[in-house]
Amino acid sequence: MNKKGRFLRALLPVAFLSLLSLCVFLPLALLLTGSITHSRELNRLLAPMLGTASGFVGWSFLPKYPTLRHYVDLLLDRPQFFVMLWNSVAIVGGSLLGQLLLSVPAAWWFARNKRRFGKRLFVVYIVLMLMPFQVTMVSNYLMLNTLGLLDSLWSIWLPAAFSPFPVFILYRFLHDIPDSVIEASEIDGANQWQVFTNMAIPMGSAGIASAMVLTFIEYWNLIEQPLTFLKTKALWPLSLYLPEIGMELAGVAMAAAIVTLLPSLLVFLYGQSYLEQGIVATGLK
Amino acid sequence: MRQLRSKPQNCPIGRKLHTDGVSLWFLLPNLLGLLGFILVPFGDVLRRSFFSAMGGRFAGFENYAGVLQNEAFQLAAANTGRFLLCCIPLLLLLSLLIALLLYSLPGVSGMFKTTFLLPMAVPVASVVFVWRVLFADAGLLNAVLHALGAKPVPWMSTGASFWVLVGSYIWKNLGYTVLLWMAGLSGIPQNLSESARVDGASEGQVFLYITAPLLLPTAFTILVLSMINAFKVFREAYLVAGSYPHESMYQLQHLFNNWFRNLDMDKLAAASVLVALVLLALILLFRRFLEKGGEEERE
Repeated sequence: MNKKGRFLRALLPVAFLSLLSLCVFLPLALLLTGSITHSRELNRLLAPMLGTASGFVGWSFLPKYPTLRHYVDLLLDRPQFFVMLWNSVAIVGGSLLGQLLLSVPAAWWFARNKRRFGKRLFVVYIVLMLMPFQVTMVSNYLMLNTLGLLDSLWSIWLPAAFSPFPVFILYRFLHDIPDSVIEASEIDGANQWQVFTNMAIPMGSAGIASAMVLTFIEYWNLIEQPLTFLKTKALWPLSLYLPEIGMELAGVAMAAAIVTLLPSLLVFLYGQSYLEQGIVATGLK
Repeated sequence: MRQLRSKPQNCPIGRKLHTDGVSLWFLLPNLLGLLGFILVPFGDVLRRSFFSAMGGRFAGFENYAGVLQNEAFQLAAANTGRFLLCCIPLLLLLSLLIALLLYSLPGVSGMFKTTFLLPMAVPVASVVFVWRVLFADAGLLNAVLHALGAKPVPWMSTGASFWVLVGSYIWKNLGYTVLLWMAGLSGIPQNLSESARVDGASEGQVFLYITAPLLLPTAFTILVLSMINAFKVFREAYLVAGSYPHESMYQLQHLFNNWFRNLDMDKLAAASVLVALVLLALILLFRRFLEKGGEEERE
């Protein structure tokens, strides 16, 4: 096929994909442009939705009076935003830490274990990993209640630390390490711990990064657990707080949405290859 | 480097080599937590499902009957079922199409892949505002429909809200699913399809007889993962419409939250067990399919 034919043949799929991509970008574009649109314009555009005008909502992708007022308002005049932001950071940070400390050794155990017990236990891990919150919710609640940890961030950190998901991901990355390499370093005098820290962790670093990226995105987004276990609203993360900002403060709500989006986006962009590896590892059951 | 003079187990330094696994201490913290926070309490949940709410009276299967006859539970279960039946095939087919296209366009695939994966990194809480503006009765989508001469749809207050959930779910999970398909596609040896083409098979035939059967394990895996993710659609529903949304949006978690607030522990326990059993059955069923599919491949 000549070059022109090949180009034309690729045109249709690319056009289709571009159209879909536009659909994907649309919500983000709306958020971004809306967050810099002046309140007066926003109120006018959104009035039909608030019931104060007839017709339909409009949107200005090129706002007449662009302003950063909403961001200033959000970041300088609203201390609650920072409290919630800190809660989100604390939740994600604590969960990541707990998972790293507990899941990496556990995954290493599974990777090195050869007996049937290990394989059977791993199946249990997989099954548990696939159970939605509805199944584990009451179990978690009972235990947390007994320990008196409800209504504190521990109610999120502890179940997160014991989550089977990172163990599963890390196992996929760690079990390829050949025995001979391990044996060689053990003959050289390394004990189990040294093998773990000097070989497993460096060699599994891609897996660790993948698990961390996936966990970050998941826990930045957490809804069910804080909703169920955290009674005090002062402990709520951004994911629950954002929707509470009313429509009258649409500009601020959108600015907040963008600010909440940024850390997740950054992690995504920097860790995209790890994210992809992690997703693929999930798929290769 | 020290020379190995004998079998590893008889190494003169007397050190035991760990060829059959590392110390249990590596696993223990994680395992104990899993046992303590999920498995052991689940035994208690099981026990509670057979007793009345305050733990006093033995109730046999009353709670289970109560849950199954509960209208809200039936609604939520029906919604979840309907969601799975409508949304998952749509998602799978669309993402497969995209994956196939991207696979045949290696130059631009990276860029598109990033684009489609982007929604995964967008927090639900952020995008919910847009859904509200788009799908309000006087919202943007209706504005477009109106401009095109069609009748506006009351998205949030009727059964159409179901499609709002479907749309937002597909938006969020498209990239993830495309990635999984592409991983599956890259596992198919090129020479099979090449030789088929040389033998005169058309693209459609190549897809139908070679690509598709080999993609079956991937398809099942994606199916299972999507099913599990479908429970998370509660997030969108809750954030867009609150604790008591339109009935088409009503999910299991809404019900569980309400039971939880009223401390209806008996119903909660029974329902948890039911959901666990159903999912367990489905997962084991899929594993059997996966294993059978793997066997056929090896033949």
